[in-house]
Amino acid sequence: MELDIVDLSRLQFAITALYHFLFVPLTLGLSVLLAIMETVYVMTGRDIWRQMTKFWGVLFGINFVMGVATGIVMEFQFGMNWSYYSHYVGDIFGAPLAIEGLMAFFLEATFVGLFFFGWDKLSRLGHLAATWAVAIGSNFSALWILIANGWMQNPVGSAFNPQTMRMEVDDFFAVLFNPVAQAKFVHTVSAGYVTASIFVLGVSAWYLLKGRHLELAKRSLTVAASFGLAASLSVVVLGDESGYLSTEHQKMKLAAIEAMWKTEPAPAAFTAIGFPDQEARETHYAVRIPWAMGLIGTRSLTTEIPGIEEQVQHAETRIRNGMVAYRALQEIRAAGSDAAIPEAARTAFEENGADLGYALLLKPYLDDPAEANDEQIAQAAWDTVPNVPTLFWTFRIMVGLGFFFIVLTAVFFYLSARHRLDRYPWLLRVAVFAIPLPWIAAECGWIVAEFGRQPWVIEGVLPTAAGVSSLGATTVLVTIIGFSLIYSVLFIVEMVLMLAAIRKGPENDPAPRPRLAPPSLAPAE
Amino acid sequence: MVLHELLDYQTLRVIWWLLIGVLLIGFAVMDGFDLGTGMLLPFVGRNDVERRVVINTVGPVWEGNQVWLIVGGGALFAAWPPLYAVSFSGFYLAMFAILFALILRPVGFKYRSKRESAAWRSGWDWALFIGGLAPALVMGVAVGNVLQGVPFRLGSDLRIFYDGTTLFELLNPFGLLCGLLSVAMLVMHGASWLVLKTDGAVAERSRKYGASAAGATMALFALGGLWLWVGVDGYHITSAVVTDGPSNPLAKTVERAPGVWFENYGRYSWTMTAPALGFIGALANLALQKRRREIVPLLASGLSVFGIIATVGLSMFPMILPSSLDPNSSLTVWDASSSHLTLFIMLVVTLIFIPLIVAYTSWVYRVLWGKVDEKAIRDGDGHAY
Repeated sequence: MELDIVDLSRLQFAITALYHFLFVPLTLGLSVLLAIMETVYVMTGRDIWRQMTKFWGVLFGINFVMGVATGIVMEFQFGMNWSYYSHYVGDIFGAPLAIEGLMAFFLEATFVGLFFFGWDKLSRLGHLAATWAVAIGSNFSALWILIANGWMQNPVGSAFNPQTMRMEVDDFFAVLFNPVAQAKFVHTVSAGYVTASIFVLGVSAWYLLKGRHLELAKRSLTVAASFGLAASLSVVVLGDESGYLSTEHQKMKLAAIEAMWKTEPAPAAFTAIGFPDQEARETHYAVRIPWAMGLIGTRSLTTEIPGIEEQVQHAETRIRNGMVAYRALQEIRAAGSDAAIPEAARTAFEENGADLGYALLLKPYLDDPAEANDEQIAQAAWDTVPNVPTLFWTFRIMVGLGFFFIVLTAVFFYLSARHRLDRYPWLLRVAVFAIPLPWIAAECGWIVAEFGRQPWVIEGVLPTAAGVSSLGATTVLVTIIGFSLIYSVLFIVEMVLMLAAIRKGPENDPAPRPRLAPPSLAPAE
Repeated sequence: MVLHELLDYQTLRVIWWLLIGVLLIGFAVMDGFDLGTGMLLPFVGRNDVERRVVINTVGPVWEGNQVWLIVGGGALFAAWPPLYAVSFSGFYLAMFAILFALILRPVGFKYRSKRESAAWRSGWDWALFIGGLAPALVMGVAVGNVLQGVPFRLGSDLRIFYDGTTLFELLNPFGLLCGLLSVAMLVMHGASWLVLKTDGAVAERSRKYGASAAGATMALFALGGLWLWVGVDGYHITSAVVTDGPSNPLAKTVERAPGVWFENYGRYSWTMTAPALGFIGALANLALQKRRREIVPLLASGLSVFGIIATVGLSMFPMILPSSLDPNSSLTVWDASSSHLTLFIMLVVTLIFIPLIVAYTSWVYRVLWGKVDEKAIRDGDGHAY
């Protein structure tokens, strides 16, 4: 395969986004866990809870800076590698990113300094407020990023403006309350809570196995198991909501996840396991559960879910409409003034403008989409099918892990309630080995969401290939190598520091005592 | 929704031009002293404890300060999408250099003192030095290139094309001069911060470096102005100026001519305040270094940074990104913004949050008020950097 600018830019985005999301979920979840632990400290006044907050705070800090460092790359990358995308949708997509900074990231980043440096400078309540500000800030951050991402999956509240050649917002509230964005937000933060819970659970289990820091480890386990159980239940339930919404908004993604090549009579069967074959357009050795797919996808017994082949036919119609819109757009732009626009072109654009993006799918085959022949149209229509085997498997890995987290946290929740946490060493070992799993699930989740949206960067509006900057392939290759190098080095450094901090355990940090004498009279230490 | 028509499109565009200025100046003033501190780190801190003192002066605040850049980038994306798209992709490798530095910097602050090894710490010290120097230099160079015009053009569908914007072509003499000015001004600002936050030898050395940097800032700013007058052509719109039309940069004609970058100063004499503040701030910084109230020189250097950046913006208005390759493709305040509605929504959001941000940021600085000394590092019980 020859690497072109589109592939390279996609590769770079995939690397930087997946790498960034190694740090985000732990920040999301651990910030909330820290706030919960410190709240217990302030309410009960028991010093162990302050030590827990400080200890998990050290690990939080090591992880947090990596999220900050890699987050800047994410924001700059749209303009650098995807300049036509930035021009085309900046009017809508830029706003949530800017609001994220103003409303959320400022709060989080300003107070994270006080979290670390403010222990001796603030009252108990003051410090607790700073910790909550970090937790609230990081979670609001996720909200705005997912409003932006939700719009890429389901572009509501906007319309194409021929004069500026871009999408412009016409209903901002529709963008805010986009059902896809809301479902994704809750699903993603829950995934972050699960990640942090399993992390705290695993590290604490390791301490129990080693017989170290038992006080801290048992309490941390209890918090992580109860918070983790609630979060892993919510991540599955809300993930299901996300899937249900795909039935409405991203039918192709859903069909690809299920490797549903042909439309089946309702309610469709669910393929639990199988080997989808993109070339042959069928799934080998499929193990199918009757009715399940129809029930999950439509929550009814009678609604049909369209299969891939039927949707490709539908795409072909939309491509043909798009070609009409594309031709009309050229006439509108050539007219110069509003008055000079031919009436026929205006009507044609009004009727077919919604399918303009489908015409752009033809761009890889010829310069002027309006001139495409039947064969090119058929090819472009099949291009709307994402990579089925990848989606099929990443989705199943994600869901499988999701159910495993429910079982794991439920078991520890039960053991903790019964005060039997140290009875079963093998269970503690399972918890230690489970530490990396939430990251695998989260990365799989993003692959399903983003790889599953292909060939679109904005579903139905702008094909990914049309969004790139006109850069040289070598230039992008150079930065891919540069990012990969620095990211690999930093990943190793981060892991070394993280493991060292875990091995070292909590610092011996005596409880602060109320001062009885003014500092000048206190005996020298 | 007609609420947004309370403010006409033209006014909103000017407001957003000002707001981007506020955010960029906010970044230069707030994160500027962090960058300056990074550049001074190997020079004002001669041993490990001194270096930790230097790092801990910015330790609790750099994260918040850096958000000014992130919000600046986001606001550019939201309010001026074509500008965001052209500048970030046009300066591709320069942006990459900045990103590289901005990845190293946070990690450097946090990870440097986590291990005892001298080689480890000295490695991160240099990372922090480069993390301060590279963004300061590259952003200055970029501004120098914007003033000369950037080789891009827009296709009929507004797709962006470039002709040779390699890193080496950016490093032309005038660009480099602006880069050096940016470095000098942020070193001055960083030194003033260290004078405020440290004592003893570190503060003494910072004073010395700060004085040289303030002198260099004034000299380079004057030289830059002179060079701009003699050697750099400006750009102006030659067709009828439509201030409330759709954002289509190709609807106008632009020409390059000598002296254009100074026209605004002739037309509106109040604009002279900006370059005046650039000089007065640096001069006051130099003169007041020895004062007892050490916050004063920091305010003065901040004022100088404000003046110097505002000078660039006012000289170019209404141009924001001139094209040397195809002047008609140049981006201006009147044709490179978001839609009327987006600008209005973003204005409302900004008016709500900027005062809140300023309020809680001030509170955090008040909590952290006071000097960082060697005792604070020793007593830091693990949380000090």
